[in-house]
Amino acid sequence: MVKLTIEENTYACQPDETVLDALLRQEVNVSYACKKGTCHSCMVRSLDTPPPEAAQSGLKNTLKKRNHFLACLCHPEQDMVIKLPDQSEFYTEGTVVVNDMLNRNTLLLIIAFKDAFEFNAGQFVNLQRADGLTRSYSIANTPQESNTLEFHIRRLPGGRFSEWLHDEIKVGDPIAVSEPRGHCFYLPERSEQGILLVGTGTGLAPLAGILTDALAHGHSGPIYLFHGSREAEDLYRIDEMRQLAEQHQNFLYIPCISGKHVPEGFTHGRVNEVALSTLADLKGWRVFLCGHPEMINQMKKMTFLKGASSADIYADAFLVTPF
Amino acid sequence: MTDKQNNQEATMSKSLYERIGGEPAVNAAVELFYRKVLNDHRINRFFDNSDMDKQIAKQKAFFTMAFGGPNNYTGQDMRNAHAHLVKRGLDDSHFDAVMEHLSSTLVELNVPADLIAEAAAIAESARNDVLGR
Repeated sequence: MVKLTIEENTYACQPDETVLDALLRQEVNVSYACKKGTCHSCMVRSLDTPPPEAAQSGLKNTLKKRNHFLACLCHPEQDMVIKLPDQSEFYTEGTVVVNDMLNRNTLLLIIAFKDAFEFNAGQFVNLQRADGLTRSYSIANTPQESNTLEFHIRRLPGGRFSEWLHDEIKVGDPIAVSEPRGHCFYLPERSEQGILLVGTGTGLAPLAGILTDALAHGHSGPIYLFHGSREAEDLYRIDEMRQLAEQHQNFLYIPCISGKHVPEGFTHGRVNEVALSTLADLKGWRVFLCGHPEMINQMKKMTFLKGASSADIYADAFLVTPF
Repeated sequence: MTDKQNNQEATMSKSLYERIGGEPAVNAAVELFYRKVLNDHRINRFFDNSDMDKQIAKQKAFFTMAFGGPNNYTGQDMRNAHAHLVKRGLDDSHFDAVMEHLSSTLVELNVPADLIAEAAAIAESARNDVLGR
């Protein structure tokens, strides 16, 4: 018999039981549906030991790396400390050190911490205001750069959190930051693989982190970044990206404008359509999609149909919380 | 399907799953198959769920079943899972189209014809449950 620990509680798992069956028998409230490893409803995370390989069958590599597993397929080989998806989060207090505009509606927010903040470039965190109001934002930098996190915050008209960040927060103010989440990040493997990055608006934030990380790991395959918005004024970091493209032969930057007025140096069209017409065959490519949920759903399917394997398609849809 | 038949099938076809190459074979087949299905205007509306990862997981379960691999699906599971599609008009012609793609996928992967026939027979045995008859 092995022991399963969730927060302060310990549960017994009998030799013939899966983690899911053991938890359900002991009346732990864990979500599940098919109990066959198909629906992924019961995905949980091991906080200490790597889970048995069989319990990670069918999960993306980035989820495997972070020790996620399917409770219904897991016959534990040793005691495990488990985190359920809806378990309360641990917050760390950081301090705002940079608070500048990147363009007319996007704020660059940099938060510093006393100790190193562990994450993978491309993940997201929840930021929390003193009154408990909480929103998710993608991290835009890489863990190699000191004890800071960088965020790109678009002002949403009527959005309580983004307006607070834009209008009220100042350098020196404290802010609570959750543990990093999400599985849309770069793993340093298959460095000759092509990488396609497609983002709208502040979807550039996680993509910039992934790009920096891939280049820092010496990724040698072609890397295409398509960043789109309706007007050129809503793109940002254009010069930095162009500079990176000059420094790295394998990196191509294609800023896309879907509106009527297209200045020189920009491509006219929706970012997803431009990307698909530029790259005819995505067999063997790794794909990262961040931003507008509809763009992402459509691109997941289209990149798959163009040959990318579903395990190589990473997506982070930015859902807007109304007010 | 009765439990007895189920058990017979499981015993008989476990070896097919192994002979065909187990989980790696399933993974190879699923992506090829799902691309064919999404490109087929006769049936893609039944598969066009917005969550592609979940769809692929379902196709993986389908192939594991068709290869007689480890699965606990009962006839009733099949009925429940497809009932909403039957309401939307799922019929024999759509089932036939899926069978076509199953075979052509396995042909593309150079699976021997006799094993393809075995897999097709297992998939075929689910027809009435899938179509809710």
